[in-house]
Order: sequence, then structure tokens, then C-alpha cells
Amino acid sequence: MSSPFHNLQELRHSASLANKVFIQRDYTDGTVCKFQTKFPSELDSRIERTLFEDTVKTLNNYYAEAEKIGGQSYLEGCLACLTVYLIFLCIETRYEKVLKKISRYIQEQNEKVYAPRGLLITDPIERGMRVIEISVYEDRGSSGSSSGSSTTSSSGR
Amino acid sequence: MSAVMIIRKPTRKWEKLPGKNTFCCDGRVMMARQKGVFYLTLFLIVGTCSLFFAFECPYLAVHLSPAIPVFAVLLFIFVMAMLLRTSFSDPGVLPRALPEEANFIEMEIEAANGNVLAGQRPPPRIKNVQINNQIVKLKYCYTCKIFRPPRASHCSICDNCVDRFDHHCPWVGNCVGKRNYRYFYLFTLSLSLLTIYIFAFNIVHVVLREYRSKKMFHVVSLTPHCTVLEVLVCFFTIWSVVGLTGFHTYLISLNQTTNEDIKGSWSGKNRVQNPYSHKNIIKNCCEVLCSPTFPSVLDRRGVMLEDSSSPTHSDASAASTHKSSNPVSQTTKSSAPLIPNEHTPDEAKPGIGAGTQKSTSSPKGEKPPSPTSPNAVAPAVIKESTH
Repeated sequence: MSSPFHNLQELRHSASLANKVFIQRDYTDGTVCKFQTKFPSELDSRIERTLFEDTVKTLNNYYAEAEKIGGQSYLEGCLACLTVYLIFLCIETRYEKVLKKISRYIQEQNEKVYAPRGLLITDPIERGMRVIEISVYEDRGSSGSSSGSSTTSSSGR
Repeated sequence: MSAVMIIRKPTRKWEKLPGKNTFCCDGRVMMARQKGVFYLTLFLIVGTCSLFFAFECPYLAVHLSPAIPVFAVLLFIFVMAMLLRTSFSDPGVLPRALPEEANFIEMEIEAANGNVLAGQRPPPRIKNVQINNQIVKLKYCYTCKIFRPPRASHCSICDNCVDRFDHHCPWVGNCVGKRNYRYFYLFTLSLSLLTIYIFAFNIVHVVLREYRSKKMFHVVSLTPHCTVLEVLVCFFTIWSVVGLTGFHTYLISLNQTTNEDIKGSWSGKNRVQNPYSHKNIIKNCCEVLCSPTFPSVLDRRGVMLEDSSSPTHSDASAASTHKSSNPVSQTTKSSAPLIPNEHTPDEAKPGIGAGTQKSTSSPKGEKPPSPTSPNAVAPAVIKESTH
């Protein structure tokens, strides 16, 4: 159901953390960074399935672009080797550039899609690229009818 | 009433990282705790090259070509750069799970195991994943509280899970993993070239002196001793380093890690083929050596937020922030460059991977909970009172 939050600031100030959902990595294609698009049941009442899947698929595409082995990565590798890797003091690697794009995308998704529904996505890089952490917030005014009441969520984050 | 100026130095995240690493330069440099063998490596390389530049190069530059010492200098710089890059960079350490994530995984495991009768041993924590039509088992790490990604392994010396763990190399004083494997390979390759180069030109030098200085016997008395010393060092180094380079070239062409090779993961007995290999030597080499450089996920230099309490770690290895180097004597032989990783126990041992620690000589982390900052320069620095 739609919650009364309209933006990120309101979410952070007037809501309390109820639960956290963790989207795990999908290793079927090997060690490339890819997350499972399976829709978690805890978010069933909070967000539409298609929106969630779109977000995860876009993130997966970004990571695939970052880890793509092709002409540009060869050039970067050879140039870096010739300059004894000192060139990375001056320029950013392609992966770092894509990570910045990802962080902007997540920020934008949080503002437009997730915060109005009382959810917040944490950038996977802050969790060691292991999981996408989705924090589920409840309005402080409502009584404890959170979706995952059986889980123990540590407070004070 | 006097006002007291409080200068608060920000606590950086590296100071609170668990694991047995040493950090220098305010978190920019990351190494293992035992660095004795690394200093030996440095001494051998710098010492031998200095002798070469001091005694052989002037003679060879004059009598043969000035390009010889120039090329030697370039090679030496490359070797040192690769060595320092391997030793000082994050090998691909996976951060430990925060409490919420650890609880979430525990709940998933309990749900998957169903009801375990009291007194019965719970089943081993293993996830089966299909990668390129092969079943790969992901093991649970009791120290880091995560299911290890494929090819990751826990290094008992550094007490960290490392992605694409190859081995822990005492010669470089660090683990070799996903992020620094190519630098390690380039280090062994360039060191092989350098050693062969110095060895060859020492021989040339001796031969030239034999033929040329029959008339003018003004050989500096020190030179023959240095030459002999260099030849000895190079001779023994060549055998080990060239062999190691050859071994790693073989591994790269098959896209395997040393860890997998030692454990025989893809040896074919169980008919499990390496799912990560592209079955093409060129593609495998390109993936290992030319793939994009993966950034560190550790965020060592990030500033800790003051209002958030640090995650409580149930294991006691939380205070590994001391830079004081206590060279603990290794239980492993110095001739063996490879140190195997820990094997997770089959029984459930929640919280501590204590039964599988290989290096028993290092203290288990019974340290005071409040770390002292080694970089405290201002006299009025107040540290965080929380641990």
C-alpha cells in the first residue's frame, strides 16, 4: 500500500527501520557481478514486481558493462602496464567510472521510486558487492504491524 | 571557566577493520602482519641490483654498450613497482557481514535445514550453485558469516575472506587474490628476466675481464667477490622464480588459481571441469591479465560516522589496528612459498573458526577493545569513547 512518504529526507526523519531484505548474488554466469532478480516475498505489499526487476536488471547491466573484457579494457591494461600503473594516479579506471554511474542511478531510484514507498536501497559496494540491501521503513505513527516482525532487526543504524 | 579546544581527528574505517592486517599511510597501504620475509625479498633485490650497478655496469657500459645498464635500470624499476603494488594493495578482501545480513543468512539456513533434532549434528552449511552447467559448492565462512562467493577462500594468516584467492605469499607479505594477481605475475615474470639478465651479464663481465685485462692487471680487488656473490644469488633465484613464473603461466592459461590446483578442484577425478575456463588459452590469459581493474570494496579511508555504533563482532579479532609489528615466527618453512588456506569444519561452529587456524603462533586477538590511533599528533586529540 502506498505510504505517506514523499521524499528521502522525510523518510529518514519520520520513519523507523522495520526490516532489511537482502538480494543475493546470482552466480550462474560465473564470477561476474550479477544479482538475482527473484522478487522477495517481503516486498510483496510494498512495491510492484516490475519496478523492482527493472532496477535489478539495470544494475546488472551496469556491472556487466564495467566488467566487460574488450578493446577498451585491453587498451587500459596495456597502457597501465607500460606506465607501471602510475597512470591510475591521474585517470580513473573504467570500473570506477561505472561505479559512479551506478551510485547516481541508485540515488535517483531511491528518490523517485523507493522512498515514496518507504524503501531504501543501499549501494552494493558498501556491502562488499555481496548483496543489495533494501531497508524497509515503517511510519513511526503506525503500530508495529511490520511485514517481517519475526526477524530481529538491529536498531540504531 | 576556560574553554577547552577539542580537536577531533576523524576515525578512518581501516582502524576498525577486523582481520589481521597491518595498515600504513593512514589506510593507503595494506599488508599482512608478518613482514620479515618481505624485507628479505627487498634486501635481496635491492642489494643484488646495487652491486650490479656499482661494479659491473661501469665496465660493461664502457666496453660493450651503455644500453645495458639503462635496460637494467628500467627492469629494476618495473620489478620494484610490481612488488610494491602486490604487497601494498588490497588483494580483494571481502568485508565481513554486518549483523543484519548475518542474521538474514542464518534464518535462510535454518529455514532450509528444517527441524534438526536436539543432539543431532546440523548439516554442513553448503550452497549448491550451477555455473556453466557445473555444480559448484559454496561454503559458509564462520568467521566472516557469509557464504563465500565462488573462488573465494579464507586466509587463516590474514583472517580475511579473499576473492579469487590464489595463495598467501610471505615473500611479498600479502595475500595474492583477485585484485593483485596480475601484479604478482608481472613481478615474478620481470624478476625472472632481471635475474637472468644480471646472471648473464655477470658471466659476460667475467669472461671479458679474463680476455682483456691480461696486460693491465688493475682489477679492483672487490669486484670478483661481488660478481661471485651476485652469480650465487641469481643462480638460486633463477631456479625458484623462473619455476614459479612457469607454474603461474600454466595456471593462467587454464584460468585456475593455486588454491584450486592444490585442492585438485578441477582435476577431473569427479568429472567436474573448470567452469571458469574459456577452453581457449588466449581468452584465459586475457581474462586474467587484461580484465578491468576491480576496485577495493573495503573503503579503508572512509571516515567512520560518529553517531553509528560500530557493528559488534562476536569474534574477538576486532582489534587488529595496531601498527606495531611484532614479527611472530612463522610455523611454516621459509622455503615453501605457499601457505594453504583454512578448511571450514564440517560441524557447525558458530561464530569462531577457531578450530581451523593454521598459524597458531599469532595471538588470537585478545586485545583491549579501544584501539589507539598511531597517527595522533595533536596533543588535544580525543578518540571515540566507544570501541
